[in-house]
Amino acid sequence: MNNKRQAYLAAPYGLWIIVCTIIPLLFILGYAVTNDAGKLTFDNLLAIADPVNLKCLMLSFKTSIITTVICLLLSYPVALILNSANIKNKSFVVFLFILPMWMNFMLRILAWQIILSNNGLLNSLLSALHIPTQHILYTEKAVILGMVYDFLPYMLLPIYNALSRINNDVIEAAKDLGANNLQVFTRVILPLTKSGVISGIIMVFVPALSSFVVSNVLGGGKVMLIGNVIEQEFTLARDWNTGSGLSIILMIFVLLAMGITQKQDNAGEGGTLI
Amino acid sequence: MKKFKNGVSIFYLAIIFLFLYAPILVLIGLSFNNSMSRTVWGGFTFQWYASMTQNDSIIDALGTTLRISIFSSILATILGTAAAVGICAMKKRNAQIMLGATNIPLLNADIVTGISMMLLITRFTHLGEASVMVSHIVFSVPYVIFNVMPRMQQMNASCYEAALDLGASPVYAFYKVVWPELIPGVLSGFLMALTMSLDDFTITYFTKGAGVNTLSTMLYTELRKGIQPELYALSTVLFLLAFGMLFLMNVKKEPNQNRKEAKA
Amino acid sequence: MKKLAKKTLSVLTTVLLILPTCFTMTGCEKAEDNSLVVLNYGKYIETDVLKRFQEETGIEVKYEEYESVEDMYAKYKAGSIDYDLICTSEYMIETLRKENELIPIDYDTLEYYDNIDPKIIEMSSSFDPTHEYTIPYFYGTVGILYNTTMVDEDTVSSWDALWNPDYDNQIVQINSQRDAFLTSLVRRGYSINSTDKTELTEAFDDLCQQKDLVYAYLQDETYECMISGDAAMAVCFSGEAAMGMEYNEDLDYCVPEEGSNVWIDSWFVPRTCKHYDAAMKFLDYMCEGEAALENFEYVWYASPNLYVKENEDEETLEDITVFPTDDILDRCELYVSYDDEMLDYTTDLWKKLKAY
Repeated sequence: MNNKRQAYLAAPYGLWIIVCTIIPLLFILGYAVTNDAGKLTFDNLLAIADPVNLKCLMLSFKTSIITTVICLLLSYPVALILNSANIKNKSFVVFLFILPMWMNFMLRILAWQIILSNNGLLNSLLSALHIPTQHILYTEKAVILGMVYDFLPYMLLPIYNALSRINNDVIEAAKDLGANNLQVFTRVILPLTKSGVISGIIMVFVPALSSFVVSNVLGGGKVMLIGNVIEQEFTLARDWNTGSGLSIILMIFVLLAMGITQKQDNAGEGGTLI
Repeated sequence: MKKFKNGVSIFYLAIIFLFLYAPILVLIGLSFNNSMSRTVWGGFTFQWYASMTQNDSIIDALGTTLRISIFSSILATILGTAAAVGICAMKKRNAQIMLGATNIPLLNADIVTGISMMLLITRFTHLGEASVMVSHIVFSVPYVIFNVMPRMQQMNASCYEAALDLGASPVYAFYKVVWPELIPGVLSGFLMALTMSLDDFTITYFTKGAGVNTLSTMLYTELRKGIQPELYALSTVLFLLAFGMLFLMNVKKEPNQNRKEAKA
Repeated sequence: MKKLAKKTLSVLTTVLLILPTCFTMTGCEKAEDNSLVVLNYGKYIETDVLKRFQEETGIEVKYEEYESVEDMYAKYKAGSIDYDLICTSEYMIETLRKENELIPIDYDTLEYYDNIDPKIIEMSSSFDPTHEYTIPYFYGTVGILYNTTMVDEDTVSSWDALWNPDYDNQIVQINSQRDAFLTSLVRRGYSINSTDKTELTEAFDDLCQQKDLVYAYLQDETYECMISGDAAMAVCFSGEAAMGMEYNEDLDYCVPEEGSNVWIDSWFVPRTCKHYDAAMKFLDYMCEGEAALENFEYVWYASPNLYVKENEDEETLEDITVFPTDDILDRCELYVSYDDEMLDYTTDLWKKLKAY
């Protein structure tokens, strides 16, 4: 393959990145390293060390990690089942997983509010079955549930994509060579789907870390994530400098986390995503 | 044993589908609710479906939403697919720089992307509908790239080279060898871009010009006085349309698949 | 690959070249005149009134809505859109006035300005002392919306109700910094505009203590939450309370004895105004009696328009949820906007509370 020529295909995108990603980022960086008066300062970046901000950041990490793990645990079996099952129209079933996203996000989250509230549908159902009612809405549990709900397809699709590409012959060969089902899974299927899993993790973890709408609506204002802090700096506090500083710091954290994930992948086989 | 395993699988899938579709069912229910409040059941009615088409502001917002989403996701798919193909041919370091930059819109909180795009656009021109489209491309391209890249990487490069050796022109070889492998990735990338764009509120809010309204921005301002039930009705219709389209696409596809199987 | 690369490249560069042209095209639209860019709270006008105005005057109104004052400020400050007319809350108007963002209104051209209640104009002095920048649009109070089957009237006559452990997980506090602080400042007998840091810290400690009892901090969804009976009482604006009471007869509204806040949402002309004459026509239309009446019956907040008061029935006028009595107004204060230092200090406290 003529690599050089093929690489030119990315040229328009390179231009795009510079104009629509790098330059806007520079605007933000500009705000991040200056104060109201336009003087150079690092206070905005150091604002992350403020105990309140640090606490929100930790809570964000916690909820994002839990969300990612739950998404992974829920969607891997789904991908396996879909892949192995004798279903005529697999792509159709896969699309069924993205279809809910065609209802407006805000409406879906509001629907969860109706389901989970004190007198909501879930609790009505529970009390009809004589099971004690649950207080879920406006707690961390509700926020995690909302995020899992929102991000599940992002985890499922890449894993399923990776899984569907595995050649059946490889699995047959492993079995012929005496591997049992578990060994086939851990030695063949898992390594071959690693790149899918990693891109799934990134597609869930990263947006979860900076999200603030779910925590606003399902957290009832009681769950403050770093995304909420940044949003409030921009709006309520009218302090774009601190808001920008915090977003830059958040970005650095995410890049670090991704670097670690990527190393993990490089140590394995070549099929890296990032 | 196999039967049991199948049963468990189906049960598990059913639970997951219930989880995914429970809110949808609630919303469809609300579209028949004869009350402006979403927590009171005021009886069954079709009136929102009837009044929906008469509501100019909703129809306007629907048009804007569709225009923005479709344009931005098509452009994002073209841009992203070309980029993914190109990046795969790059030296590792350059590829990493490109992918690192690709992550930026995903890393930023929406509001930061929204405000930075607003600053960029207002510096050169005015906000309008096009500015929303451009901003939507910004955040949806990464999804296209991340869907196409794995396909690209797992493809066997020697097939393409073999095709060239056998005398195929690069375009023909790409179309016959590479493209079929990429299609699923491109398609899921496009769908993700489209859904992200349909759903977005924050970035749209900050980059839209005066008088431009999408369904999302309309919905947010309505939280204050209760959501117009017509919006539930409209969402239900859109949802069912999407479902119907998917269904038809698959019914059409089936004979093809059967033929393939018969050949095998 | 060469040909393909070239082909795709050319297609993509064309697309990229066309895009900026799209921009400039939309940019040109601004040259067209006889239009008016209006920015208002969401759902704060009867759409028929807006339609009629456009038909009668031939002015095309680009009507923009916002959800929170803070979002509005961020968008306005970025200078992204040249607004001609904005309606917002009094403390934001004061902030903008101090930043020299307001243009005086030419009251002489307004035929119907006399419809506006002089009492409300007088009350506007706190944010528009020279009476040259604003026209009141709606006003109302902050109070407690409660479910009479769970709470009795005596309990909510004091803000103490919100700290009553009997209502654990049944209390909805308002998700707005100043209004939430108001409840605990007034309860301790301080002014809602207190800038004394020890007073504010005491109020903050109280709110932290209250957080254990709070079901949620809500603003827009408060009335939905109360209608369904999820909570026993909620701090909210009078108009929202009226809306909740419409759906659930068990609900009632009260402004506690210790006092509260009265707010006035008003129109003003920002410095970015490009269509001043059209803006004056629009303002006059808003002051006109019939239009004001229709707006009132849609929005259901107290209207400062005397024509509305003359033409509404007794029952509506006596409904204290809609029209606060003089007695209630006497114990309420208007907000005075914080200066930068106080804004930093109080938003910091608010953030601490939410993360607590």
